Amino acid sequence: MGVKVGVLALQGDVSEHIAAFRQALADRPGSMVIPVRHTEDLAGLDALAIPGGESTTISRLIEKNGLYEPLAEFEGGVFATCAGMVLAADRVDDPRVRTLNLISMHVTRNAFGRQVDSREVLLAVKGLSEPFRAVFIRAPVATEAGPGTEVLARIPEGIVAVRNGRHMAFAFHPELGGDLRLHRMFLEGLGV
Amino acid sequence: MKLEELRFGTELIKRGFASMQKGGVIMDVINAEQAELAEEAGAVAVMALERVPADIRAVGGVARMADPQKVVEIIDAVSIPVMGKARIGHFVEAQILEALGVDMVDESEVLTPADEQFHIDKTRFGVPFVCGARNLGEALRRVNEGAAMIRTKGEAGTGNVVEAVRHMRAIMGGIRALKGLDGQELVDRARDIEAPAELVIECANLGRLPVVNFSAGGIATPADAALMMQLGADGVFVGSGIFKSANPEMTARAIVEAVNHYDEPKVIAEVSKGLGEAMKGLDIHMLREDEVLQTRGR
Repeated sequence: MGVKVGVLALQGDVSEHIAAFRQALADRPGSMVIPVRHTEDLAGLDALAIPGGESTTISRLIEKNGLYEPLAEFEGGVFATCAGMVLAADRVDDPRVRTLNLISMHVTRNAFGRQVDSREVLLAVKGLSEPFRAVFIRAPVATEAGPGTEVLARIPEGIVAVRNGRHMAFAFHPELGGDLRLHRMFLEGLGV
Repeated sequence: MKLEELRFGTELIKRGFASMQKGGVIMDVINAEQAELAEEAGAVAVMALERVPADIRAVGGVARMADPQKVVEIIDAVSIPVMGKARIGHFVEAQILEALGVDMVDESEVLTPADEQFHIDKTRFGVPFVCGARNLGEALRRVNEGAAMIRTKGEAGTGNVVEAVRHMRAIMGGIRALKGLDGQELVDRARDIEAPAELVIECANLGRLPVVNFSAGGIATPADAALMMQLGADGVFVGSGIFKSANPEMTARAIVEAVNHYDEPKVIAEVSKGLGEAMKGLDIHMLREDEVLQTRGR
């Protein structure tokens, strides 16, 4: 059976997420990946990706577009990266971002400093046999994982990959760089 | 963690930074107060400047990098990325901006060029660069020098969108015109537009530039911003258009929403209501040759 994935398309690296999920689902006939801009786009989705971008901007556009409640109540699996991880959390160090409370964790924005401190790290991720080349771009970290949130990867700065039920969140960008193992892990966890 | 497992300033990191800006509005600001207003309005980044392009035009003389004190003041004021402008070819201004912690350097024709032959070798920097371009050849020459992001030059500080439109059409049309060409013809085209053949071939395969492509130079209203998005821009820079308008706060918010809803005229109509007067603007044809900024650096 095909999988229907939406990508929240308000701001950020939306097309990279769409391309990565299309590639990861190439062997699942009947699958589709669509951009989500309005509440009605969420209907019938098995999963939703919340992309990287600026979390303050995306948060503001979620409110403006009346998407806060529908997203917070989304029942499929959520695949959140970077700014998406900030939005998916239930606690953040910045009052300018209203979190969607999908994954119990405390996140800190821009935990690495300025853009020149952005980095690629060879990362051990729980559930992957080989390390993952993770690209962090002005990335957040989780400083604490709450009840039900499993830590999948950690670096000295903090927690950078988590799973909570069908939801997964990453401080880095699995949608960049062409390695789709984390997408496959997420899709398997959906149970569709 | 082993040292070889860590990498900084790679192409992926630089171009990835630009990708995170897509669908966003980057606003010119000259102080902390304006930067905070921009962030509050939903800007994805701010450009820290001594003065906006319209005032650079008015003041005349040599336009240089902003005072580092001003750049730091703006960096400290906001959580979104801060960009800074260096003169074309002035790699030391770029080094200073990188040392101050700006997140992206704009090698900009808005400032007085420091080198009339060479642009900055951007591959030598850890910080990513954005550069202006008027057509496909110019865009790919900048990418070849290491630019992680391209923007149309337009004609900055005029509040007149006509040149941004011309440049966006030239870039997008230049890419569309590659369709259907065979290998030899692409190499021939590369020679014509004075761009590296491998980048022309990459564009032909991708059907777009290999980096994010924003629009800049004359965007003054929500409608202008949406126009550039419909023409294929990944996002917009708004310079003088916000803080030279009658109501900067409303204009900033409206442009952010117009970019988000660029293909929904009803929303653009709604956010455009009651903004008051946009910046006055200049007729491009009234500019003297030495007042035209877009011809700086080719």
